[in-house]
Amino acid sequence: MEDCLLKKIEISVSEAEKRTGRNAVNMQETYTAYLIETRAVESQTEGQCSPVDSLWRRYSEFELLRNYLLVTFPHIVVPPLPEKRAEFVWHKLSADNMDPDFVERRRIGLENFLLRVASHPILCQDKIFYSFLTQEGGWKEMVNETGFQLKADSRLKALSATFRVKNPDKRFTELKHYSDELQSVISHLLRVRARVADRLYGVYKVHGNYGRVFSEWSAIEKEMGDGLQSAGHHMDVYSSSIDDILEEEEHYADQLKEYLFYAEALRAVCRKHELMQYDLEMAAQDLTSKKQQCEELATGTVRTFSLKGMTSKLFGQETPEQREAKIKVLEEQIHEGEEQLKSKNLEGRDFVKTAWADIERFKEQKNRDLKEALISYAVMQISMCKKGIQVWTNAKECFSKM
Amino acid sequence: MINHYKFEDEPGLRDLFITVDDPESHVTAIETFITYRVATKTSRSEFDSSEYEVRRRYQDFLWLKSRLEEAHPTLIIPPLPEKFIMKGMVERFSEEFIETRRRALQKFLSRIADHPTLTFNEDFKIFLTAQAWELSSHKKQGPGLFSRMGQTVRAVASSVRGGVKNRPEIFMEMNDYMEIFTQKINLLDKISHRIYKEERDYFHEMKEYGPIHTLWSASEEDLVDSLKGVANCIDKCCKATEKRMTGLSENLLPVIHEYVLYSDILMGVLKRRDQIQTELESKVDALSTKKAEKDLLREEIGKLEDKVECANNALKADWDRWKQNMQYDMKSAFTNVAESNLQYYEQCLASWESFLTSQTVDLHLEEDSEDRP
Repeated sequence: MEDCLLKKIEISVSEAEKRTGRNAVNMQETYTAYLIETRAVESQTEGQCSPVDSLWRRYSEFELLRNYLLVTFPHIVVPPLPEKRAEFVWHKLSADNMDPDFVERRRIGLENFLLRVASHPILCQDKIFYSFLTQEGGWKEMVNETGFQLKADSRLKALSATFRVKNPDKRFTELKHYSDELQSVISHLLRVRARVADRLYGVYKVHGNYGRVFSEWSAIEKEMGDGLQSAGHHMDVYSSSIDDILEEEEHYADQLKEYLFYAEALRAVCRKHELMQYDLEMAAQDLTSKKQQCEELATGTVRTFSLKGMTSKLFGQETPEQREAKIKVLEEQIHEGEEQLKSKNLEGRDFVKTAWADIERFKEQKNRDLKEALISYAVMQISMCKKGIQVWTNAKECFSKM
Repeated sequence: MINHYKFEDEPGLRDLFITVDDPESHVTAIETFITYRVATKTSRSEFDSSEYEVRRRYQDFLWLKSRLEEAHPTLIIPPLPEKFIMKGMVERFSEEFIETRRRALQKFLSRIADHPTLTFNEDFKIFLTAQAWELSSHKKQGPGLFSRMGQTVRAVASSVRGGVKNRPEIFMEMNDYMEIFTQKINLLDKISHRIYKEERDYFHEMKEYGPIHTLWSASEEDLVDSLKGVANCIDKCCKATEKRMTGLSENLLPVIHEYVLYSDILMGVLKRRDQIQTELESKVDALSTKKAEKDLLREEIGKLEDKVECANNALKADWDRWKQNMQYDMKSAFTNVAESNLQYYEQCLASWESFLTSQTVDLHLEEDSEDRP
């Protein structure tokens, strides 16, 4: 593995705590704070354990960090945060941000986010990221001082670039389609999974009613009573087993959600490329038109219609001195433009190279992670089946004794 | 004693086999109705032939049941499927409805055939053997529907009046038992139907769930095997769910439903027994108040005492038999449910385990190939 921060420090988000405070408009609010713990990685010699540093951060600070990374590293597929609000819920799950299960899963998601950034060869070297982990006070000011918000591309500009760019790199166009498909299919999968979970919950829970009725019925039956009573107990066990099963499945859903949000990160990189390419195309176009103007002035021929040409026809030609001056200015601009175009070209090619390297790295990570997630899903299903077999074997024995 | 024989599970002792099948629709100017083929095979000497095939409609079954109730007011006559299903989901002539009814009608006839007393009933024999016109003319003779209604009305009326005075202990127990049994069996009926509905809804969602993974595999070169593997497992679980649902609707639901109907029948039988005793009690009361006709009354009381004793004995014996059957039927039905669930989980387990093996084998292969230069 390449050199990364995780080789030097251990990072964890170990706790979550409810806080109350005052917000920007001085109104009272409740929020959750998360404890980030870091510890230098030492070789374990004679039980020497390095001290743990810790600080508290809330979700909005994580968001600020991520936005900073997005702007500062536009060629990198920046890891996503866990969802802001609970989506794809099935009926039992609370959609409330304060719900303890939701908070717990968010804690895990935030830790995952930090680990992803810390294991990224480029992102982990960022000073702001390091300070986020280690410097409690004054971090927000530090981030804002970088002025990253100003560097951010306007969404409008990015959107118009998407529509007007003529020759984007084909690979990025394909990547954009891929990320759209990924987002669409994972959303669909998560939606249906939530419905399946809901139905499964129903099946298990209704069996719990058997428990109660069997028990009441057993009271009037002499021979069947024992069998009924004990079978009823197993039905209760069956019915309550679904809660843990579905809670575990939520973690699987979270793994898929991470890649759902990664799709957006991929699209961000594609948009940046389109923007740069569009900029390049505009600059080239501008240069070409200036060169043309220069040529026209020098030779006196008007090949293209221009307002200037019209006015000079109407009001008379300019003096040779005026023309000379104009040509001089244009030549300077052309020279500047050529330099700019060269550097933009270089920038663009550089961007494509580094972005594509990160995308390849991302693809490998995605394949590994998703394959592992699918395997863990299978393991969960197997565990559920084994539990079911045990309960129904016991129940069958009870019924046969009736 | 007769009630030690379970005719249902000793086919060697059976000498009367009945099947109900082949529903056919008939359309006339006035109505549309369904007839079923009732086929009988028997080795009994009182039957002229060893095989019979007749066509009967639901009305005919109703007629048979009422004849049996008249002839044996304190025997437990098996239930018939309901005339209509009020749930509104099943149409009168839908395939599902007809099939459920067909099975219930067959159960009805085989229970009669297995009953030590009812199996020799003359109307039963006619029902199984008479051609349509023969049955019609036979129906017209003998006490009709009105007489049966009269009996039930009298029974209800007497229970409203304050009912029987000295109900024997054993019948008190039966009454108490039946009250609770009725409650519980109705609850079980609701619960079982609810489970069926939830399983069906689960099945529909699963049907959509699997194919999404296949769709996804179309855009993921490196994950095709994993995704298609998961899709495959989900589809297999889906099919297993369908089997489980079928098991429920073919085994458990009809049995529980039959016993829901039985609980009504048993309450009715207990009321009729009470009513017979009430008749005796009122005659006994009359004896103490009336001055004239004492001899006549005593004679009538004598007959009624016999009637009450017969009725009580018949009910006692049939009750024991019914309880044994109920225990056996419930045990089988629920054991079947457990077995069906076991098979479901075992099938699902097998498919997920084989998927897991295939994935971990791949991982090992990948690791091996990385080690090679």
